[in-house]
Amino acid sequence: MDELSQLIHDYVIKEYLEEGSDQEIGESTPLITSGIVDSFSMVSLKRFLEKKCSIRIPDEDATPAAFDTIQNIARLVRRFQAQQVGV
Amino acid sequence: MAYSDIARNHFEAELGGIKTAGLFKQERYIHSPQFSEIEVEFPEGAAVRKCINICANNYLGLSNHPDVIAAAHAGLDSRGYGMSSVRFICGTQDIHRELENRLTDFLGTEDTLLFPSCMDANAGFFEACLTDQDVMIADRLVHASIVDGMRLCKAIQDTYKHSDMNHLENKLQEHQDKRFRMIITDGVFSMDGDLAKLAEIVSLAEKYNAMVFVDDSHATGFIGRTGRGTHEHCGVFGRIDVITTTLGKALGGASGGCVSGRKELVEMCRQRARPYLFSNAVAPVIVAGALKVLELISNNTERRDKLESNAKYWRGLLKTSGFDLKEGESPIVPVMLYDAKLAQDFATDLFYESVYAVGFFFPVVAKGQARIRTQISAAHEKRQLDFAMEAFKKVGEGHGVLGLGKKELLAKVGA
Repeated sequence: MDELSQLIHDYVIKEYLEEGSDQEIGESTPLITSGIVDSFSMVSLKRFLEKKCSIRIPDEDATPAAFDTIQNIARLVRRFQAQQVGV
Repeated sequence: MAYSDIARNHFEAELGGIKTAGLFKQERYIHSPQFSEIEVEFPEGAAVRKCINICANNYLGLSNHPDVIAAAHAGLDSRGYGMSSVRFICGTQDIHRELENRLTDFLGTEDTLLFPSCMDANAGFFEACLTDQDVMIADRLVHASIVDGMRLCKAIQDTYKHSDMNHLENKLQEHQDKRFRMIITDGVFSMDGDLAKLAEIVSLAEKYNAMVFVDDSHATGFIGRTGRGTHEHCGVFGRIDVITTTLGKALGGASGGCVSGRKELVEMCRQRARPYLFSNAVAPVIVAGALKVLELISNNTERRDKLESNAKYWRGLLKTSGFDLKEGESPIVPVMLYDAKLAQDFATDLFYESVYAVGFFFPVVAKGQARIRTQISAAHEKRQLDFAMEAFKKVGEGHGVLGLGKKELLAKVGA
């Protein structure tokens, strides 16, 4: 897992899993469709990424599909980081 | 015709998808008044079957109470059938305000505003009172109507893990830069039947300068020593800023809801809450019935005491028989089966044993948390609960689930 994926992973564990949970989460583990993160609670993850990565993710891009796995989320973040620096 | 074949095919496919996913809901026709024993036609066209009802929100057994019916009749005669108006045009009668004042006294708040339902109260409150300078911090298991209401509001949304006070405190610290913080919770959580930790929530609210919002729909009338609600039970009566609740459950079960709390917040709803502004007034017949309900439950605690004793008895029966339960002290007693198909099959089998219960599964509850939600009423007699228990045992034995915990149940269905 690279640094960005690790950052997302650690936040998901801390924010969404119950304390003492032995559930393992990998880069391709479904988060929304499996019910680990519901769309109602997803907003805190979006806000965390925006703050930590200094980006702005428009609501229309923050779809359940885009947030369903750590892989997808990292891809989304990189896209907006790239736009930010004008790549 | 604008309803094209393309449109028809689209919606047919959508409905087909709901059926395939096992999420298709079918109504069952009840041929009797709502009570602990009802007459049910299911499936459509089948002979009517008498069932013990253990899935109604008729907690105090007042949905069919003769005094409430008589008061409703009198209200119909004296104030008519409908108002043909929203409240602020020409839809407010003296009895609307009388009921609001009675609810204010009962709930221990400053003022109350009636809504067509508690769904409407929750849908309208946040947008009317909060802006993008504020933050709403909700328990993750709050009712869907609160989620909808929060989505309609421009204030920042955040959530905390169910009843996790450390997580809530972290969120309150994180949002100290916002103008107003509002902690949002159910009083009794409708799917699990557990109570919010309102004493701790109020302490945190005072420490971090936050307001507290409680939806007490599954508590008003019976939780707490005199049935005032979760705030009474938790020793914080008079310290909740906003309570929303319903007339559609314990308080007669017809319809209607309210926002009750700090008078300025209630007034903001009267000025700005769209479901209040753009819906007809609650019908006079319902207002008259609800006034009688409040009179009945303010005079004595007999019904809520019987409900408490019934719920304890039912929980004990289920436990002794080896069912896996969610712990709690409310009349909502979830029997955990974890698997969606098992929960549906179990409920169907119960029906054929003349017990009416419903299986709940994703998306109503989290995946892997399917259950039969049983709800006890003061209208239940012990013999009816014993009858229902025999059916539960028979069906439980048939499915081989008695004495099994979560791991064993999941292993059994191969999950």
